[in-house]
Amino acid sequence: MRAAYALARREVVRFLRQPSRIVGAFAPPLLAWLLLGAGFGASFRAPGGASYLGWFFPGTVVLVVLFAAIFSTISVIEDRREGFLQAVVVSPVSPLAVAAGKIAGGTLLALAQGGILLALAPLLGFAPSAAALAPALLVLALVSLALTGLGLAIAWMLESTQGFHAIMNLVLIPMWFLSGSFFPAEGAPAWLRAAMAANPLTYGVSSLRRALDPASAAGPSATLSVAVTLAFALGAALAAAAVIARFPAGPDHPARPSRRKQP
Amino acid sequence: MSAPPLVEVDGLSRSYGDRLALDGVSFGVAEGELFALLGPNGGGKTTLFKLLSTLLPPSSGTFRVDGLSPVRDLRGLRRRLGVVFQSPSLDRKLTVLENLLVHGAVLGLGGAALRARAAELLARMGVADRAGDRVETLSGGLARRVEIAKALLHAPRVLLLDEPSTGLDPLARRSLRALLRELAGGGTTVLLTTHLFDEAEEAGRIGLLDRGRLVALGSPADLKRDVGGEVLVLATESGDEAERLASDVAAALGARAEDSVPSRRVGALGATVRIESLDAPSLVPSLAAAFAGRFRSLSFGAPSLEDVFVDRTGHPFDGDAADAPASAGRGA
Repeated sequence: MRAAYALARREVVRFLRQPSRIVGAFAPPLLAWLLLGAGFGASFRAPGGASYLGWFFPGTVVLVVLFAAIFSTISVIEDRREGFLQAVVVSPVSPLAVAAGKIAGGTLLALAQGGILLALAPLLGFAPSAAALAPALLVLALVSLALTGLGLAIAWMLESTQGFHAIMNLVLIPMWFLSGSFFPAEGAPAWLRAAMAANPLTYGVSSLRRALDPASAAGPSATLSVAVTLAFALGAALAAAAVIARFPAGPDHPARPSRRKQP
Repeated sequence: MSAPPLVEVDGLSRSYGDRLALDGVSFGVAEGELFALLGPNGGGKTTLFKLLSTLLPPSSGTFRVDGLSPVRDLRGLRRRLGVVFQSPSLDRKLTVLENLLVHGAVLGLGGAALRARAAELLARMGVADRAGDRVETLSGGLARRVEIAKALLHAPRVLLLDEPSTGLDPLARRSLRALLRELAGGGTTVLLTTHLFDEAEEAGRIGLLDRGRLVALGSPADLKRDVGGEVLVLATESGDEAERLASDVAAALGARAEDSVPSRRVGALGATVRIESLDAPSLVPSLAAAFAGRFRSLSFGAPSLEDVFVDRTGHPFDGDAADAPASAGRGA
């Protein structure tokens, strides 16, 4: 546990010493929220009659969490090959402790960034009720854990950051687009609705939206949303731990030596 | 060696796909030894380093440190190893001390004992005054010292270093070498890879790696003695000229080019003709007279480690060894 704690703490300290990462995590989602919200606001009718900016807000928080998770896990790729993690993977430490440290650190950072945006909500024109805050943060913690676990599982299996960028554009960002963050499932064509229903992030966004503003309730039920989000979080964390345990030093280096025959 | 060596390497091989990067390498390193794995880039040093540091599993063969093998007791083996990678493993955003404390925690250390150990090592490495500075503000030489302090935190029996002087200025190199000698003198076995002859000269023993194979093993002095008395080098304009001159010289000396008698060997290497002979100085006047105009310069001296390499492999040290292991593997 000492190892996991130290590794998680390192993540946080590193983050705080790199102001560019803070900007990188907040600026794009906020910009998207403002521009898209302003652009769509006039024509868009949100379920429950909220303003588009208000309706879009939970999705923006989730996007901040997604960006945070991506930034904190993509670093693993180079760190493991030519940085700090090289020394960790040849240390007498359990791979599970390494996984726990990375997941805990990344989740904490993502949660903090999402939480800061939540705290800014009053400045942006809406104030979630005080009663909403605790459930919202709880949901946010689960979403942070899910996206960090997912990012880590992907990053650990890649040899290059370019590969991660490709997956980010092909999988992670579309995952957010199809999560009900950006447009509601109602009114979308059937195939899109099916994709959204199959996307675990949909339930995270739905949980967060319900927590922040129960009046805007639409889409999957509260129980289903929370249950899937919980399963997503645990599943992603376990996947990351399994990948690290199986390939403690990266994709080319399985834990058990391959018995390749010599030529 | 009566007691088994601290590090026993036994028939280690590693292939990447079809390419055999390391081919049945065996050797032993005794406790407190300063041992250098010398070889050109692509010779297999880095692969061997990755295997010994447990970063990569071998394709076949095994090794033991203090009797522990990576298959039987990986954790125990790692506890006996301190590893210094070629690319820095320090977190540049953390301070020197923070780096040591995080790594100490990863190793399961903590509290006052860890702090004391970290302070002691930083003092020993001569970087105590920089403990509070971020690593990104350190020079390459100082960062390498912190790297070594970090690798020594858990008091390993063996310190493994991959090309430790890469990227260091000459002064930092010299002080690093002194430091490694001191460590070995203190009982820590030091095993390093290098492609620098002068660095290997400092080692107690050398393993010479070429195309994935161990081609020589011994102390620098012994290896050079094996080459023979002295080496005469005639520099010509081209490889062809060197070939012709070599056969003429060989004929004149009454020795065939492939002659394996160690007392006198003649061979072409690139654009040079090399004559290894116990009586090299006495050959100078007759060669100069007989072959005047066919070489640009003549030099002679005691064999160097480079001569050892050429002697054992028959090709220059900086040759395109990187392409070679595949053919070496298939040919076997």
